[in-house]
Amino acid sequence: MQNTLRVAVAAASMLALGAGSAAAQVSDDVVRIGVLADMSGIYNDLSGKGAVEAVKMAAEDFGGNVLGKKIDVIFADHLNKPDVGAAKAREWFDTGGVDLINDLANSGVARAVAAVAKEKKRHIIVNGASNMGITNELCSPYAIHYAYDAYSLAHGTGKAVVEQGGKSWFFLTVDFAFGIGLEQQVSDVVRANKGRVVGAARHPLATTDFSSYILQAQASKAEIIGVASTGADAVNAIKAAAEFGATKNQKLAALLLWIEDVHSLGLQTAQGLMLTNAWYWDMNDETRKFAKRFYDRVGKMPNMAQAADYSSTMFYLNAVKAAGTDNADKVSAKMREMTVSDMFTKSGKVRVDGRFMHDMYLWQVKSPAESKAAWDYLKPVATIPAEQAFQPLADSKCDLVKK
Amino acid sequence: MEIFGIPHQAFLGQIMLGLVNGAFYAVLSLGLAIIFGLLRIVNFAHGAFFMVGAFVAFLIGRDLGIGYWPAMILVPLIVGFLGVVFERVALRRIYRLDPLYGLLLTFGMVLVLEGGFRVAMGSSGQRFATPEALRGVWNLGFMILPIYRAFVILVAVVVCAGTWIVIEKTRMGAYLRAATERPELTQAFGINVPVLLTLTYGAGVALAGFAGVLAAPIQQVSPSMGSDLVIIVFAIVVIGGLGSVFGSAITGLGLGVIEGLTKVYYSEASTTVVFLVMALVLLLRPAGLFGREEG
Repeated sequence: MQNTLRVAVAAASMLALGAGSAAAQVSDDVVRIGVLADMSGIYNDLSGKGAVEAVKMAAEDFGGNVLGKKIDVIFADHLNKPDVGAAKAREWFDTGGVDLINDLANSGVARAVAAVAKEKKRHIIVNGASNMGITNELCSPYAIHYAYDAYSLAHGTGKAVVEQGGKSWFFLTVDFAFGIGLEQQVSDVVRANKGRVVGAARHPLATTDFSSYILQAQASKAEIIGVASTGADAVNAIKAAAEFGATKNQKLAALLLWIEDVHSLGLQTAQGLMLTNAWYWDMNDETRKFAKRFYDRVGKMPNMAQAADYSSTMFYLNAVKAAGTDNADKVSAKMREMTVSDMFTKSGKVRVDGRFMHDMYLWQVKSPAESKAAWDYLKPVATIPAEQAFQPLADSKCDLVKK
Repeated sequence: MEIFGIPHQAFLGQIMLGLVNGAFYAVLSLGLAIIFGLLRIVNFAHGAFFMVGAFVAFLIGRDLGIGYWPAMILVPLIVGFLGVVFERVALRRIYRLDPLYGLLLTFGMVLVLEGGFRVAMGSSGQRFATPEALRGVWNLGFMILPIYRAFVILVAVVVCAGTWIVIEKTRMGAYLRAATERPELTQAFGINVPVLLTLTYGAGVALAGFAGVLAAPIQQVSPSMGSDLVIIVFAIVVIGGLGSVFGSAITGLGLGVIEGLTKVYYSEASTTVVFLVMALVLLLRPAGLFGREEG
């Protein structure tokens, strides 16, 4: 009898010890991923519910557990306000047990949260924003810029338009970190190709009436009207340009267009526009399979950021598994060793500045006659190899880059 | 020739565009002014009803095949009816309370309507085609003016003038004005003031729905299309003189032009200029440009 008791006590204490050591590996016994997205504003369709579902799909496909601990996905609305986003990130990191924040649509919010992540030494993955600061002045071992950025847009669409002969540019720029950063990147490309920038009109986020700005663009006599905005802003700008006859003498270059924007513009208006996207649902069997599953849950096709939300969450979970812990520094080191091969990219790798290197693609919007089915919108124009698509490490202002 | 450093073509073009925007401001502020004049309710839901008008036009077009022209009649009726229901069910319960409650209730309504449409329709916005007869552009020499935009100015002027005539020159309008000034006395004359209030709210909201139909071919039909507009329109009503129908219409058009010109000279201030004007007017003429001091 006493023997049995002794064995039981020993077994119990061993179990307790075991549990104790596991707890040391995974903080507060859960790997929690927070999706910080625009759930109600102008970028809601580009991030929003689709982003949350994509991350949830990744957690489910991973099995719902990592290192024997539950994977928990939570989300919040940043309202497109950097201060709201930063406060939420602080709360999540300090008391919410959040290990990774994903999506981060809106460049202003992404910048603010990147600074918090650096201070708190916790992971963020930026998929919904383009601002170059994430891999430059705000870089840290904990931030990864995954899907695309302003440099890649400028060296995709911007470069292609300049090479087709568009030498003088006028920008319609949304007046915050995203638009201004994008205008800057594209201006660099234009000037490097002996073109010139004749002017820019800055408009507030969520502008509905672009007529006045279009008139300014027409008066500038520039060959190209560069639309440095996205979502509803870009859609309204492109519509107004068509309405005021700007597209007769001038060409439009939409610098960040999403599949949803093409959908809401309609092929009649959008046809022929070039766009740079990291991913499109109709690339191959794998992408179509993911897109169909996503469509069944969300009711629309996934865009590149949402595909990247899925891919990057998988990547993070794989790194946690490989590192055997959710300790931020160890996972960070692991993520910089591993390569990604999935439906998003075949050879993705994180660079020291946090830039996730993968090929980008230049697309053109199909004409109504070319489109065979719902959401059949894009045809491939060119593949932009990772080394050309992203800022060379030598130009990076990131202090992790040894010069 | 240049005017203040910009080519006169561009200058004239901006004035024209200012008039188009002003036309929307005028129609919206008209409804707001009528509602405030009679009900003393600050109808924050006005922008939301504008958005609902655009969506109703879109939905009856998509699902029932009803075109733009019938929609111009049908949508104000539908939106007006919704307004009547809202007034009967909710709004009338707070007439006797502090005006702040009206503001809170109608603002809550905005959140409900916008949130509901966002869930149901998404935030990207829907296309609404310009009616066949109004497609194309006029080349005015100084600018390319889409025919539809010229049509908007025309319609707005007609609607504003019509509303003014109804209020100032008809028996119905006389009742309305009487009920505004002395509700108890008007009631004593055998006029059913509560019904008058309900119908007035319905009519004011119907105007917002009508503006929504007008705006649908120009903007993406999206849940947030009214929320920015309504704040500007409030400022216009205040500048014009609270409750002054004529003042609201004129101020709407005028501020559209001022805002348009600001976009050219100092674009960053274009969202602020209306409020700057409001502050100035309130300092110099607290009752607004066309308002009468209540004594």
